[in-house]
Amino acid sequence: MNKGLKTNRRDFLKIAATAGGGLLIGFNWSSCDSPKMKVVSEEEIMNSALGFNSYLSISPTDHVVIFSPNPELGQNIKTSFPMIVAEELDVDWSNVRVKQAFLDTEKYDRQVTGGSGAMPHSWERLRKAGATARQMLLQAAAKRLGVSVSDLRTEKGQVIHGSEKLSYGDLANEAALVPVPEEVTLKNTKDFKIIGTPIKNVDNRAMFTGQPLFGLDFYREGMVHAMIQRPPFGMKLKSVDSAAAKAVKGVKDVVTFKDNVAIIGESTWPLMKAKKQLKIQYEPIDGQLESSEFHNRIFDEMLDTGKGDVKREDGNVNAAFRSAAKVIKSEYQCPFLSHSPMEPMNFFAHVKSDGVELIGPTQTPDRARNAAAEICGFSPDKVTVEMTRLGGGFGRRLRADFVEEAVELSKMLKAPVKLTWSREDDLTGGAYRPAVKYRFEAALDSDNNLIGYKLRGVGINAGNCTRENNFPSGSVDNLLIESLEYKSPITTNAWRAPITNFLAFAEQSFLDEVAEAAGKDAVALRLELLDRAKKNPVGEIHYDIDRMRTVVETAAEKSGWGKKPGVSQGFSVYFSHRSYVAQVAEARMVDGKPKLDKIYAVTDCGIVVNPTGADQQVRGGMVDGMGHAMFTNMTFTDGIADQKNFDTYRLIKMNEIPEIETHFIDNGIDPTGLGEPALPPTGGAIANAIFKASGKRVRNQPFMEQEEMKNVNLGDPA
Amino acid sequence: MANYKLQINGTNYEVDVDYDTPLLWVLRDNLGLVGTKYSCGVAQCGACTVHVNGEAVRSCVLPISAVKEDKITTIEGLSENGDHPVQQAWEEVDVAQCGYCQAGQIMTAAALLKKNPNPSDEEIINGMNANICRCGTYHRIKEAVKLASAKTK
Repeated sequence: MNKGLKTNRRDFLKIAATAGGGLLIGFNWSSCDSPKMKVVSEEEIMNSALGFNSYLSISPTDHVVIFSPNPELGQNIKTSFPMIVAEELDVDWSNVRVKQAFLDTEKYDRQVTGGSGAMPHSWERLRKAGATARQMLLQAAAKRLGVSVSDLRTEKGQVIHGSEKLSYGDLANEAALVPVPEEVTLKNTKDFKIIGTPIKNVDNRAMFTGQPLFGLDFYREGMVHAMIQRPPFGMKLKSVDSAAAKAVKGVKDVVTFKDNVAIIGESTWPLMKAKKQLKIQYEPIDGQLESSEFHNRIFDEMLDTGKGDVKREDGNVNAAFRSAAKVIKSEYQCPFLSHSPMEPMNFFAHVKSDGVELIGPTQTPDRARNAAAEICGFSPDKVTVEMTRLGGGFGRRLRADFVEEAVELSKMLKAPVKLTWSREDDLTGGAYRPAVKYRFEAALDSDNNLIGYKLRGVGINAGNCTRENNFPSGSVDNLLIESLEYKSPITTNAWRAPITNFLAFAEQSFLDEVAEAAGKDAVALRLELLDRAKKNPVGEIHYDIDRMRTVVETAAEKSGWGKKPGVSQGFSVYFSHRSYVAQVAEARMVDGKPKLDKIYAVTDCGIVVNPTGADQQVRGGMVDGMGHAMFTNMTFTDGIADQKNFDTYRLIKMNEIPEIETHFIDNGIDPTGLGEPALPPTGGAIANAIFKASGKRVRNQPFMEQEEMKNVNLGDPA
Repeated sequence: MANYKLQINGTNYEVDVDYDTPLLWVLRDNLGLVGTKYSCGVAQCGACTVHVNGEAVRSCVLPISAVKEDKITTIEGLSENGDHPVQQAWEEVDVAQCGYCQAGQIMTAAALLKKNPNPSDEEIINGMNANICRCGTYHRIKEAVKLASAKTK
């Protein structure tokens, strides 16, 4: 049954297995066609490459194999990391082959995708990896030629001595034997040849021709497929009648573990059918089942009467508010959100007598390994983790719940298991962006100076739902930041730009309300506060005032702030996950309705490693920020998400995006990340522009479901 | 189970599956053509888009019993060498972020351009709008469709 008669099953499995093991993809797709080039097989390059360090190997064919240790989920690290190694090695990019490294905590540090942290963590390591190998090649060449290293230079994979040129491939054998130098000189940033140039995604060809690359693309002969029905939040399994599910052709078994009911079969579709045939009874663990109305009530109760955890207190807030000439008070609220990456959760696990093999899409392979080791009672070194490409992550794949499930099942069934979540499983399966509500208060004196600032926030399983050192902290004499948390059975997790994905919108919208009340221009108020923080800093300051000022001023300049008659502009700026981003959104009134035309973004992430990737990250972050601010809602009834698939869980589409113009501040500072930074400021810029255009202040997300926005059609802005 | 004869990417296949098995799962689980992606399973996102007699179709809701003599093209068979103008344009514009939806985007764009080689901006948006990209690569998708259109002139 279920076999393709005309395909060679074995060949396919071999291809798939290679993909799971990190398919080797040449990025020089077009240059490969050049008839002048000697065609060297990828296999030959890999087999002949000599290891110089954890990051690179050099083949006598003159090709360099660069290993990218971090999981790739669309942040383009698999291209930008190797660029940095190649830069310091001084090779021609067309001779570079990139390979996804698997989990190896001996070789690599921090094989994690999260927190926009990879670039600042690895920048110097990667440069040193390339520079060290280059130094060894220089020393090998010096020895062979009988000259000193200082007489030599390198260029595009060659060591050059006068008119004599030795290729890296030619030197590889000798260079690999040179003792690893303890100190190396890094390039002057002005001599960069690869960094700062637009290098295309190394997986483009594989992605655009449908080669197996992602976790769900992994298949292995003899494995079983599994899908799981998980309990609603706050409930546990009481009983299951699986007779009808088991009767579905292609289903092998139905098993239970930890309140989960798992269906096992030979392929995916019978599992999807059988899942609908399960008759499961659940019972509440304790207390009531949670719904959105309940959460709304909890938010208000806790904001009114709950004891907040004081995160930051400067000056005397009560005195400032007592003496205030004007007080502004506003509340902002957001719903839970699913990460909903296009590739649903999945993982392959094979628990054997002597260890565990894990293959799949994870942002934290080390966490996956430790989880598997604990379940099976092995030491972590008995567990291998191969990272496939991730079809998106957005923080969801920082968790290992789906890995644990696959491991539990493989252990129980004594078979290799591929676990697949359906889209419904993904949207109802938890680990959401926490729902949060903020209450802001600002005090102005009679000269409209901001003399007091209060933020009190409550989140559901959000930990600290504030970021107490965010601007305008440091610029206000009297300030109080408090956080409260409600513990719920509904699971939450970091979601792209954790907390700040909504907090930045709320802070930057509220600052706009303050500017409005003070009769000040939005940009002028921000510059005034930055000026105060510079001259009379209050408490600790955790952002670089000058860098923030620069993005504010540049965004105002690039967007023609305040100089466009008939255009309503909204401003937002954020020190965002180590980078600085300012945005200006533009709206116009058309037929009495605001229409969003364009958003400008000015980003300071230090050195821009790959301009095409950087532009993508900023754009993507903004579209993500915009989509979830405007359209996406997730509500709960009795512990289950009401939105179970993309028909009701509303993601942004092509006709809803405005024009985006990106700019970068090129200041030569060591680079910071870009996966998250552009997202947080977008909602604020848009809401502030909508307010300017329509006079309607939208404080809750998603905007389009709020009363203020009823009958407002932002239209097709294209 | 029943036996179905299929024509996919110019090759004949036979599979033994239930009549209601979506083409998507036959491609992926039975034939090893994994370029066509599963994401929503209810024809709401377009990741599973293939061509049926040249028309863009959501393979996640197309039962195998309805395929009959129809000619199926998947991303693997869109061009022999991965050089269809749409694939070239996607590479030149460097469209992808995570890349998971892009096979479906490319198949949708290729079908659109076959019908309408010179689409206006509005026609591109109308033609591509039902394909979701969670990473938000929409600007570059638009740009790449325009470039592919220019290449086919």
